[in-house]
Amino acid sequence: MLLRFSGIFTLIFFTLFSANIFANPAGNSDDNKEFDVNEMIMHHIKDAHEFHIMDIDGHAVSFPLPIILWTDNGLVTFLSSKFNHDDSGKVVVDINGQFFVKYHEKIFYADNANGDKYISYDETGNVANKKPLDLSITKMVFSMFLSMLLLVLIFVATAKTYSKSRKGEPTGLGKFTEPLILFIKDEVALPMIGEKHYQRYMPFLLTLFFFIWINNVMGLIPFFPFSANLSGNIAFTFVLAAITFIITTVVANKDYWKHIFWMPGIPVPMKLFLAPIEFLGIFIKPISLMIRLFANISAGHIIILSLISLIFIFKSIWLAPASLFFSVFISLIEVLVVAIQAYIFTMLSALYIGSAIEEHEH
Amino acid sequence: MSLIIFLQETAVNYGAFAAIGAGLAAIGAGIGIGQIGGSAMDAMARQPEMQGKLQGSAIVLIAFVEAVALFAVVVSLIK
Repeated sequence: MLLRFSGIFTLIFFTLFSANIFANPAGNSDDNKEFDVNEMIMHHIKDAHEFHIMDIDGHAVSFPLPIILWTDNGLVTFLSSKFNHDDSGKVVVDINGQFFVKYHEKIFYADNANGDKYISYDETGNVANKKPLDLSITKMVFSMFLSMLLLVLIFVATAKTYSKSRKGEPTGLGKFTEPLILFIKDEVALPMIGEKHYQRYMPFLLTLFFFIWINNVMGLIPFFPFSANLSGNIAFTFVLAAITFIITTVVANKDYWKHIFWMPGIPVPMKLFLAPIEFLGIFIKPISLMIRLFANISAGHIIILSLISLIFIFKSIWLAPASLFFSVFISLIEVLVVAIQAYIFTMLSALYIGSAIEEHEH
Repeated sequence: MSLIIFLQETAVNYGAFAAIGAGLAAIGAGIGIGQIGGSAMDAMARQPEMQGKLQGSAIVLIAFVEAVALFAVVVSLIK
């Protein structure tokens, strides 16, 4: 409990000192600007090229991450600290005669034609600059690598405990991971996929569950190497859902396709009516998987940050206890929600795979 | 994510409508979660020995209903 409180205080600390810099997206050095909650929350939800830790006296302290660009002249790499925390296209980085600016977390070629302004706009107000292909290790990618490392450490350590234990009884970390693995096997894989095929899909389901869960939990920890909103990033959930979609489509048997395009046992007009609906269903299922995880985790982050922001919206220290109480309360709910979401994603993936390989008796 | 940012930058400010939409979604989710909770309590009262299983599936079902509400929240976030 003490740890959680210290975490919440850290979050408040960051939010408090971050208020100024977040409130100035256009790069105005006006410190008295209104605190913009939307801006602060979106900044947290979005991906970034540096890991912002805190601000001290208006000076940002952040962890620089490598920027990797595929430009017209080949591969270019440099550290994001070269941009000097600038996100408004004011600082130009010169790498071997190529000039780059960062604007709203996107890297552009600097436009030198306009004197001291490096960003040019078209009629609709969008940035007209050319963009190199951005392959950077961003905050999200960094967070993902960290979660992978943690997963490997946890499961290698778990595997080692089994070589030491007598008769394969779980010891040490195994006491924590074995019930979870058995839970996925007994409550997800066996009932959804069936006894005949479930073992083929266990590695995938376990990877899904633990990968989503550890990333969700890491998003809830509000200090430096963690706190990235990775599983609330739609690209991340898209890839996971796409893997489920590909597996479902590839392993699907004849019966599955027959039930989609020519549903047996119903009159022909109904068959014609159902075929397009069922066909769309193939895509809607993984899309709903993608949006469910994205929305749940993003919403969790937004709710906690909004509750903390209440103090700054009402500009009253007396609101702090209520705000704190509610954010602790929501954080505790979120601990439950992130586990449930990882479980639901795994369960539905298993359900879709199970329905694709199910054998029907007509 | 870039889609959301793109839409935010280009769309007109429909903030009030977004808030109404989020409110309606909350009503829907409230009704759904209430139904699940009520039925789960009924079932538990009838068969107390099933309490563990019922609780588990009720929580999962609530997560499903909540997800639908959050779809709406995401849509109103996009504006």
